[in-house]
Amino acid sequence: MSQSAAVTNDLPEVIEEASFLRDTMRGFRKNRMAMVGLVFVCLLVFLAIFAPIISPHDPYRVALDEQLLPASTTYWLGTDNFGRDVLTRILYGARISLVVGTVPSLISLLIGTFMGILSGYMGGKTDFVIMRLADTMIAFPSLLLAMVVMYTLGANLFNIFIALALVGWAGVARVVRSQTLALKEKEFIEAARANGTSRVRIMFSHIFPNVTPTLIVLFSLSIPEAIMWESSLSFLGVGVQPPEASWGLLVAKGKEYLFQAPLVAIMPGVAILMTVLAFNFIGDGLRDALDPSMKD
Amino acid sequence: MNEIVISARNLTKHYRVGGGTLAGQGKVVRAVDGVTLDIRERETFALVGESGCGKTTLGRIMLRLQEPSGGQISYRGQDITALDDAGMRALRKKLQIVFQDPYASLNPRMRIEDILAEPLRTHGYGSAEVIRDRCAELLDMVGLRHTYLRNYPHQFSGGQRQRIGIARALANKPDFVVCDESVSALDVSIQAQVLNLLSDLQDELKLTYFFITHDLSVVRQFADRVGVMFLGRLVEVGRTEDIFAGPLHPYTMLLISAVPRADPRQRTRERPLMTGEIPSPMNLPPGCRFHTRCPFAKDICRTHDPDLQDMGQGRAVACHFPLNS
Repeated sequence: MSQSAAVTNDLPEVIEEASFLRDTMRGFRKNRMAMVGLVFVCLLVFLAIFAPIISPHDPYRVALDEQLLPASTTYWLGTDNFGRDVLTRILYGARISLVVGTVPSLISLLIGTFMGILSGYMGGKTDFVIMRLADTMIAFPSLLLAMVVMYTLGANLFNIFIALALVGWAGVARVVRSQTLALKEKEFIEAARANGTSRVRIMFSHIFPNVTPTLIVLFSLSIPEAIMWESSLSFLGVGVQPPEASWGLLVAKGKEYLFQAPLVAIMPGVAILMTVLAFNFIGDGLRDALDPSMKD
Repeated sequence: MNEIVISARNLTKHYRVGGGTLAGQGKVVRAVDGVTLDIRERETFALVGESGCGKTTLGRIMLRLQEPSGGQISYRGQDITALDDAGMRALRKKLQIVFQDPYASLNPRMRIEDILAEPLRTHGYGSAEVIRDRCAELLDMVGLRHTYLRNYPHQFSGGQRQRIGIARALANKPDFVVCDESVSALDVSIQAQVLNLLSDLQDELKLTYFFITHDLSVVRQFADRVGVMFLGRLVEVGRTEDIFAGPLHPYTMLLISAVPRADPRQRTRERPLMTGEIPSPMNLPPGCRFHTRCPFAKDICRTHDPDLQDMGQGRAVACHFPLNS
């Protein structure tokens, strides 16, 4: 093989290994807003985890002689109608809001990805059944559907997961299906078929890794959405129940004292706003960093 | 003569377009319309024809990557159209394909070692170590370094990727390889390298190639036999030298005359040109499907569809009035 040997001589001995993660991080770091979002979220997670250590107050202790106090050095954001420290309740609320943000998103992502890949790759009847099911879910107003689920199953954290996952999977499935349809036509899938690779394997090791960038972005954008849903449900009284603290619940309870002690309602609202924004920035940054056409 | 590796009998592939539950029947595209063909061991059979004539579809159905609508394909005497999924999967070791686009044919999220190992794992080639050694060996075989196993496809050039695609096709020591426009996407200099590689590998591994292309200069350099396809049907088959020396079908003649010549002294002022549009495969004309563009068409061509007839010495042509006779 004289020709091929001659070609080999021009080749570098070793090509530096590429890492998907490293390349993505490099792109992500360039995005300043996304980095700010990431720092904020990390800080929030830290505060939520260590809330009992950080805060000197008990979030459930009722002190009727300290109702609706204004901000002071003891109570940085004042107290609510039961004399509980607002800042402490926001910190404890972050725990619920973050869990409610991530867990249902993960569940709906899992179900949606599975359904979407199956639907897109198998096509035919499977596709028809799954997509009509997804259409049905999407046809319901999401908040109403979630409320119905909460009413029937009862208001607790686990049921919030179920309600939100039920609302979320259909959208994920649609996006994943469309990506799968595009990938299915690629020659590398045909090459895998020509090799005798099984359909399950093709879906798992060829299609799935190629939809992961989309999934990461979907995930980061669905967290704030889930936080909003939880807040709405709790605000409407079918979500987290008092005396548990969640941001939506804090806003709902605080609104009654909006004129005496505005901080009680406003500060949890600010927390929701900032967290949702931070996650959105991260999502945008990830989307740009994961898109190969945006590189350099 | 060598043994027949692949034989196609009256293969057809019809697509339905339009139509639906309420829209009625729709129309039928005859992408491949009755192709009969034998490919012999260790030969390079080139299939040429213009875009949309069904070359790629024919290549795909010969490997059963698409199901034929009718006809039969046999591999070494065994009817593969009748095989079930499991039987076909076992046979895929022997029947391989190298694709056109080196950028789409490798999974961007897989390392080279995983790309090469996949066919080996599927067919139970051996332990992880044996497979890794085989992958390194494959890279060496196609003129790349085996230190590249841990790299990703995007770190390679088009020509290098095409070599990786070839290595993947050869992983399980196939017998019959379809090259679907495998060098068309590469620069001319890289094209020559890859063609040389393919012919070296053919000698070394006793491969049979089914080479789909629209580039007649590649055919001339590379192929032992040529089949010319027009609108889903073979119009001429023969040895490469014979066909280039004296085409029998007017379509072949026009194709060959359209090849640009590098030597200005060899250029002739008068070139026969094809006139008219290629008929739609959805709406084929009656009679010979080439008659609308054929400079020699007579009445019979407009009413009777000529069959592919044997002209002796391995040549066949589908024309009522073959040239040079």
